[in-house]
Amino acid sequence: MTWGKSLWVIILVKLFVMFFVLKLFFFPDLLKQNFKTDKERSAHVIENLTNIK
Amino acid sequence: MNELLDLSLVDWSRAQFALTAMYHWLFVPLTLGITFILAIMETIYVKTGNPEWKKITKFWMKVFGINFAIGVATGIILEFEFGTNWSNYSWFVGDIFGAPLAIEGIMAFFMESTFIAVMFFGWGKVSKGFHLTSTWLTALGANLSALWILVANGWMQFPVGMQFNPDTARNEMVNFWDVFLSPVATSKFLHTIFSGFELASIFVIGISAWYILKKREVIFARKSILVAAVFGLISSVFVIGFGHASTQQVAYHQPMKLAAMEGLYQGQEGPGLIAMGVLSTQKTDPEYKQLKDFLFRVEIPKGLSVLAYLNTTQFMPGIKDLLDGNSEHNILSAPEKIARGKEAIQLLKDYKMAKDDGNEAEASTLRAKFMSDDFQKNYFKYFGYGYIKNPTDLIPDIPMVFYSFRIMVMLGTYFVFFFFFALLWLTRGTLEKKKWFLRLALITMPLAYLASMSGWILAEVGRQPWVIQDLLPTMAAVSQIGVSAVQVTFWLFAFVFTLLLIAEVKIMTKQIKIGPKDGGH
Repeated sequence: MTWGKSLWVIILVKLFVMFFVLKLFFFPDLLKQNFKTDKERSAHVIENLTNIK
Repeated sequence: MNELLDLSLVDWSRAQFALTAMYHWLFVPLTLGITFILAIMETIYVKTGNPEWKKITKFWMKVFGINFAIGVATGIILEFEFGTNWSNYSWFVGDIFGAPLAIEGIMAFFMESTFIAVMFFGWGKVSKGFHLTSTWLTALGANLSALWILVANGWMQFPVGMQFNPDTARNEMVNFWDVFLSPVATSKFLHTIFSGFELASIFVIGISAWYILKKREVIFARKSILVAAVFGLISSVFVIGFGHASTQQVAYHQPMKLAAMEGLYQGQEGPGLIAMGVLSTQKTDPEYKQLKDFLFRVEIPKGLSVLAYLNTTQFMPGIKDLLDGNSEHNILSAPEKIARGKEAIQLLKDYKMAKDDGNEAEASTLRAKFMSDDFQKNYFKYFGYGYIKNPTDLIPDIPMVFYSFRIMVMLGTYFVFFFFFALLWLTRGTLEKKKWFLRLALITMPLAYLASMSGWILAEVGRQPWVIQDLLPTMAAVSQIGVSAVQVTFWLFAFVFTLLLIAEVKIMTKQIKIGPKDGGH
């Protein structure tokens, strides 16, 4: 394989792993996933920020 | 929240981000610098018409291409982590972070990738002028990407130009220019890109030195060293200049970071600068066990005062002043800041409860108080302190920042001399006889990476416990997820990035061994 082809293979495999493995299975956007609206997200974050002992 | 918070979650989340950021930073500085080196070489080719310069440019373009292909998109992982591991933080920073990162993405993905395509595939297909312009625009695009991410990081170190919205719990940008032209962001950006130029120059000289040692591609190597040594020498001077500016900003806006990196425990007027020193394991203060004594130190009298304030009599607070307070110099104590931070958090909580209870009148009064000038300047300013349990939590890891600062500065100073003598001996025609210097050039390559990483360790470990200076500590920024999830992704990244690094080293060394095609002999 030429060096150029090797690089393209690496790029494509890397992007596939990042977006279709890591992002899908390991890196959900928690606020987007767990809450439907920005109002709910704000409420959750305020709850986290203010719930200290 | 803090009672339940597993500190190992915070530590693993930090370790994961540090690992991915450092791997990303292995690839970036070479791209930042080598693109300009390519642009200079190609300019010489177009100006002189000498095909030797075209071959030289194409070889280094190949090296850049390998580094770029392996490194591209490694930064996206960091953005994944914002959403998963740092959800409180990513919400809290609102559109302050989002806007620069979005612009960075546009710069990187559109401008850079468009002109990279012309640069790689356009030889012989477009005019010399168009191709040369594309090479310059690739360099510009890469460095403009760095600009936006450093504007975002600059804001973390010195948050300005925003207003916190208690209804949405987001910081909203009220002045784009305050954020973009923040002196912290500006000095940090310039220092960082010039350090990338320095690293790339060292890389080019190192590889070229290898060729000379192997008695191969000598003409190619000489010409490459000429460009890299001049570019590197100029860059190394600017690195020092902007590094100085950056340190001044740290003195003004992050006094604890400065005190930690300088081992300044007790404030004084006209403090000296510790040029070299070794910390002992013995604590020097019965109350603060993080403050370690020095086994030895070489101090430049008044040096720190001159470096930071350009005078010999400036009072500079030590760690103990910042924790205990110093009324003579208007420094609030840490317990006082913690109390004010707690008040700010409590007011936010009371406001939320009043709204949830439907008590409009009380909510309105509380909101007005929260948004008042006095409250913002004297209480909200210390919001993040409200999460701090123990004042000593405000001290960053002293050995890590102390040593990383010195490693960076010593190597940076060495690089100036390295470039100077490379250029001097090259122009005198004696470089090839100095085999010791050529071997030194090989060793200098990993040292450039060490200096680069040390700088980031200083910047990011030095700002701890803050993820946003004074407003949000890391313990409040982290998502409430299982530690095991973070551990799994930590090791996954370590594996994936190590594979990428091995691939880069293998492909690059193979192409270097093959050498530039059709010339350079």
